[in-house]
Amino acid sequence: MLQVDVTLGFDEFALAVRHDFALSGVTAIFGRSGSGKSTLLRVIAGLETRAEGRVVMAGEVWQDQNRQIAPERRGVGYVFQDTRLFPHLSVRGNLDYALKRARGLGGPRFDDVVQALDLGALLARRPTALSGGEKQRVAIARALLTAPKILLMDEPLAALDDARKAEILPYLERLRDAGGVPILYVSHSLAEVSRLARHIVVLQAGRVMRADTAEAVLSDPEAVPMFDRREAGAIIAARVGAQEADGLTRLETSAGPLFLPRAGAAIGSSLRIRIHAQDVMLARARPEGLSALNILPAIVTEVRLGEGSDALVQLRMGDDLILARITRRSARVMALAPGAEVFAILKSVAVAQADVGTATAQA
Amino acid sequence: MELPDLAPLWLTLRLAGITMALLLVIGTPIAWWLAHSQSRLKPVIEALTALPLVLPPTVLGFYLLVMLSPKSLIGGAWLDLTGTTLTFSFLGLVVGSAIYSLPFTVQPLQAAFEGLGRGPLEAAAMLRAGPIDRFRTVVLPLSARGFLTAAVLSFAHTLGEFGVVLMLGGNIPGKTKVISIAIYEQVETINYADAHVLSAGLLLFSFLVLLFVYTVNRRFPVSVG
Repeated sequence: MLQVDVTLGFDEFALAVRHDFALSGVTAIFGRSGSGKSTLLRVIAGLETRAEGRVVMAGEVWQDQNRQIAPERRGVGYVFQDTRLFPHLSVRGNLDYALKRARGLGGPRFDDVVQALDLGALLARRPTALSGGEKQRVAIARALLTAPKILLMDEPLAALDDARKAEILPYLERLRDAGGVPILYVSHSLAEVSRLARHIVVLQAGRVMRADTAEAVLSDPEAVPMFDRREAGAIIAARVGAQEADGLTRLETSAGPLFLPRAGAAIGSSLRIRIHAQDVMLARARPEGLSALNILPAIVTEVRLGEGSDALVQLRMGDDLILARITRRSARVMALAPGAEVFAILKSVAVAQADVGTATAQA
Repeated sequence: MELPDLAPLWLTLRLAGITMALLLVIGTPIAWWLAHSQSRLKPVIEALTALPLVLPPTVLGFYLLVMLSPKSLIGGAWLDLTGTTLTFSFLGLVVGSAIYSLPFTVQPLQAAFEGLGRGPLEAAAMLRAGPIDRFRTVVLPLSARGFLTAAVLSFAHTLGEFGVVLMLGGNIPGKTKVISIAIYEQVETINYADAHVLSAGLLLFSFLVLLFVYTVNRRFPVSVG
């Protein structure tokens, strides 16, 4: 567990975070720009010497009233948004820099990291001769080679275009699934967070607004105002059931089967499915004669009237919770209230999982 | 034609070399502090280190003469300690030259450190590098151009020094008679031939040093910023 209880004041903004981070898998620190995400990461790393309070990493005091352990002695790996590779060293030189200073600390082997991030062909190059995605892969490898107790990633994909992001995400997923190092992942992209995070901590104006498992936060109507409304959506777990003859993949969820265009994953493998709130329609009776393939029974658990004409409906679908964004008028006409039985029509379903990439099913 | 006494040339090179080395040692921490400090004292220190740029060398030389003379606090203490005087000695010239050329070391270094920013240092800290390690492996190589410029400018500026030396060191052969003083003396005694040889020698030498530096600088592999 990483216990953080810190404050840090700036001219127009103050960070005041008190939270115990579970050290398992990826914990996303989510928030709008200016919410203090990066500052929090820097405080944990020891780069903000003005920060006050306590930081205790797995029982080891990194900071309290009396002292601050120097950043280089904390054993954090840090991946900066702007990579910060050393321009005077080759890729190999950058990696060696980390390796040399982490001898005897039981970190990963050089060859394994180079292989995992596909850097073999880049070792002799200078950082200036690398693409944005390549630089970020080198930066991640360099951070791993320091044998970190925790990996802090500050918007590692924010500076990349969508194609480069898609290139890096599988590496991050493999890193997560290898389960070696816990990761704190700062992002303002709900898509990235939905894909990677086990836990989500939402920051707003320097404070923790919400912290829970990814499933709980993403299916909470209360949390939606903290996100971009068009991006809001829950994630549910699924297992690949079968590849069907007409090109569809059958996914088993706790509420029943879903059908997607061929997702390419092996039968039996687990997937994480993202369902945007605005892509969910509701019906009181099972609709007939509709082109939509994915219609599942659900029970309303919460209705929250939002700003303007919006209403957010939380639904229990099997063991999972999802969100639907509909109009207030529909909510009233359909008499939606907790306990109401409905059918959820999923207009599109996005799958995110290692080496699958993202597939979207249109109804 | 008989060659003029070349001792002033060697003395000048020795003075410039020692001053340059001393200034790199003293100037680096000052420049580092100026580049990173947010102290209210910063503009004061900045102004002080830039003073030799604007003051006539004779003013600087005059105050140094007063401050370092055996009757003063510093000069007296030095005399008690070592039995030698700081004024009219080679050591006194080194002190004077160092102060006179200080801005030519501090300003390029400060600019280099500021251009470097905190980014590479933080990155190195995150790779378990301590402060000295960071300075050696990140700051030095990435500020190499700044160090080269600082070294050359302080060396070259000391070569051409005249006023401070005249006030502080006088004209003692082998001790304080540097090349600019020697040339001045030759001209005073209407010995233009020797003045020509010394002047042309200094001109050629200075040009070759600068040419070498700019050639090296151009081929430098690292570009920062």
